[in-house]
Amino acid sequence: MNDMTDATRLSAADFKSDYKPIWCPGCGDYTVLGSLTKALAQLGRPPHEVAVVSGIGCSSRIPAYTTCYGFHGVHGRALAAGTGLKAARPELTVVVTGGDGDGYSIGGNHFMHACRRNLDLTYLVMDNHVYGMTKGQASPTTEPDWDNKLSPGGTGLRSFHPLVIALAAGANFVARAFSGDPNGTADLVAQAIRHPGFSFVEILSPCVTFRPEQRGWKDVVHRAAVPETDDPARAARRIMTDDGFNLGVLYAGKRAPYARTPAASASLAQIEQAFAV
Amino acid sequence: MPLPPDPARPGAARSFSLAIAGSGGAGVMTAGTLLLDAAARAGLYGLMVRTSGPQIRGGEAAALLRLGPRALATLDDRFDVLLAIDWLNLNRFGDEIPIGPGSLLIGDADAGEAPEVFVRQGARLLALPLKKTAKAAGGGWVNMVALGLAGALAGVPVAALEAALRASWKRSAEALAANLAALQQGVALAQGIAGERPPPLAAATPAAAGGARWLLSGNEAAGCGALRGGVRFVAAYPITPATELLEWMAPALTRLGGSLLQAEDELASVNMIIGASYGGVPSLTATAGPGLALMTEGIGLAVAAEVPIVVVDVMRGGPSTGIPAKSEQSDLSFAVDGLHGDAPRLVLAPNGIADCLATTEWAVQLAEALQSPALLLSDQFMGQSRAVIDRPAQAAVPAQRLVAEAHAVDYLRYADTPSGVSPMAIPGTPGVTYTADGLEHTERGIPSSQARDHARQLDKRQRKLLLHDYGPRWADIEGDAEAELAIVTFGSTTAAAREAVERAAAAGTPLRLLSIRLLAPLKPELVAQALAGVRQVLVVEQNHGGQLLRYLRSRCDLPGRPAGLHRAGPLPLRPGELCSAFVDWAAAHAESGVLA
Repeated sequence: MNDMTDATRLSAADFKSDYKPIWCPGCGDYTVLGSLTKALAQLGRPPHEVAVVSGIGCSSRIPAYTTCYGFHGVHGRALAAGTGLKAARPELTVVVTGGDGDGYSIGGNHFMHACRRNLDLTYLVMDNHVYGMTKGQASPTTEPDWDNKLSPGGTGLRSFHPLVIALAAGANFVARAFSGDPNGTADLVAQAIRHPGFSFVEILSPCVTFRPEQRGWKDVVHRAAVPETDDPARAARRIMTDDGFNLGVLYAGKRAPYARTPAASASLAQIEQAFAV
Repeated sequence: MPLPPDPARPGAARSFSLAIAGSGGAGVMTAGTLLLDAAARAGLYGLMVRTSGPQIRGGEAAALLRLGPRALATLDDRFDVLLAIDWLNLNRFGDEIPIGPGSLLIGDADAGEAPEVFVRQGARLLALPLKKTAKAAGGGWVNMVALGLAGALAGVPVAALEAALRASWKRSAEALAANLAALQQGVALAQGIAGERPPPLAAATPAAAGGARWLLSGNEAAGCGALRGGVRFVAAYPITPATELLEWMAPALTRLGGSLLQAEDELASVNMIIGASYGGVPSLTATAGPGLALMTEGIGLAVAAEVPIVVVDVMRGGPSTGIPAKSEQSDLSFAVDGLHGDAPRLVLAPNGIADCLATTEWAVQLAEALQSPALLLSDQFMGQSRAVIDRPAQAAVPAQRLVAEAHAVDYLRYADTPSGVSPMAIPGTPGVTYTADGLEHTERGIPSSQARDHARQLDKRQRKLLLHDYGPRWADIEGDAEAELAIVTFGSTTAAAREAVERAAAAGTPLRLLSIRLLAPLKPELVAQALAGVRQVLVVEQNHGGQLLRYLRSRCDLPGRPAGLHRAGPLPLRPGELCSAFVDWAAAHAESGVLA
């Protein structure tokens, strides 16, 4: 924290570790890693003042691929761990990362409450509409008719809309990005980190192994046609009616983040006096 | 249930037990709390246990008090006085409030017949005009009449009763005057009782000013111990009977510059404290059995990633939702063995309300020193009861975690050190960043599925707990050091067992008492040392399956044919019944010439 690294000298390479990712060739997460490190370099805080927290899944491997402090916890609980860390150490930059299964299924409850709590942290979800690490099962964002071994013929369930849920639950910043647009993603991630309160970026990140058809996403994504809004009603309408490939900041709210811990006002000995007979 | 015999007791241990009961809203808890406070002011020790029906408001309730000249941590076998403001549903307390031929059974003259379950126990029945007296005292409350009556019967000076009432008063002066009058009328009612009654306690020396004694609950004591240990972050989800611990800590943490977050569930709370502790801040959560069950995956993460956390389990009746507001010691097996994988962890149990403070503080210190989760097994009895205790010794210096220095050369977070403890880098420290991982990992923290790395890290995590010198605090070893028969117990049952051992000794049966505070890691050689010269062991605990007995037998070579005395909650194990059981057990194992 006292190590004032010259911000102008930080580059994306300073945030990339020398560990080789376990991801498949062509996985969208490679470019998300590149965008994250680029965004962190832009922000100018040195790696030791940043913590990258994750749960379990392909994309949740990202912390160790950075030079930041990393926390690779259990499946679905990344937001809880990140919340505890940020609440206890508000001066750190905390970026929580993961996939659609981790964040929307097993961790769905934490997603909702993290939006509601509005701590000043950033949540990046690399959404590929599939469980990759367990080799191809439906996630909450999978289309209802997607055939797979665990749900032959598809789950028959409508897919989950993370951006609407985030907005309704109180997230203060909602954006959609695409891994195939690394500069745009880096820019959105940097904006998300800068924005006070809980910032959520849904990053479409194709799984070329189990969802090869997602290679076609690059042809359908497009920049949001209208500027960002701070009106949740307008944002909700826009998110509910778009085609799911609308990239950009879709909502940037003005809600005050969760309050910081106040300074100490008493000693423990003073507090203990209440027990004295 | 017939009452057990009442063996002779040492005169110094004489105590006075009374229950103040009534339907919710009658103010029996207020009366009990004030009576305990007054007793403390008068120089007495005391214990107050709260019991109530399952209703959130308005159900039957009773304040169970025991007062005496020395510290008390358990209820007695029978009550000297049962004072009922009304009888509504009080028959449900038939087992919880045993009375006897020497007791007084007092009800309001206008409240109808006393329940048969109490009458048949042979106590002297008195009908007194409680409500009428309150009315006559200018609109005072009936529970203040009860306070004066109960206090006078127990021998608590009226001045102390009045002082306790004044100190707690938050309403108008007129109402205070009416209630002081009601209290005095209650004292007068006691003085008007002619004939046989339990002798009141002898006058004690009033407590000196300056707080030589404390009055608090086990939950408050545990919260205070956590703060002394250095805890500055708590995340938790409300659950009976742990909530008061959290409610006490919430404002205290704010005043100390820490914080408490109410989590969305226990999955979140345990992971939040892991995140906070990873950030370098000693952290704790408190819960009960159902919450502990949800937390197990997170506790395993804290084992693997070597993140210190403290999890307080205020045990209640289980399994499942069980009996939420009643005590039981039935989470022991779960605490010592209930994680997947080979997962060494610390498990501690305070053995009394005062010890809740010291042992929670120790749990924080051990967790921090050993970078391990520490589970603390308190229970509803200790957690929700209030006791007068001697002021605890000054807080020790909070434990220091072994942390990595900035720019440490060739830093390895999970270095396989001789002690098993490796320096932990705290976020914000430059030059030593790493990723904490629940995946098995190399010394550097890189995920690894190699047999060699797994074996090395498993050994490291086990070694750090086994090599640590825990000192003599691992257990309390009491009673007769020469005795060849030993009682082994843990947690809140210790107080009843201790009193039973004292009574048995007075009755000519010498016993040793071993109360285990550090349940995991359990060192067989220390248990063997504590039981040196012992021929037979009786393991006493409040659960159905004999969990401590089974645990000890799985870990240690116990002498003789280890026997168990275990009963599930919610009824407490009482000192008199334990004494009778101990004497019978000792007689069965007597060798000619060894025991009279």
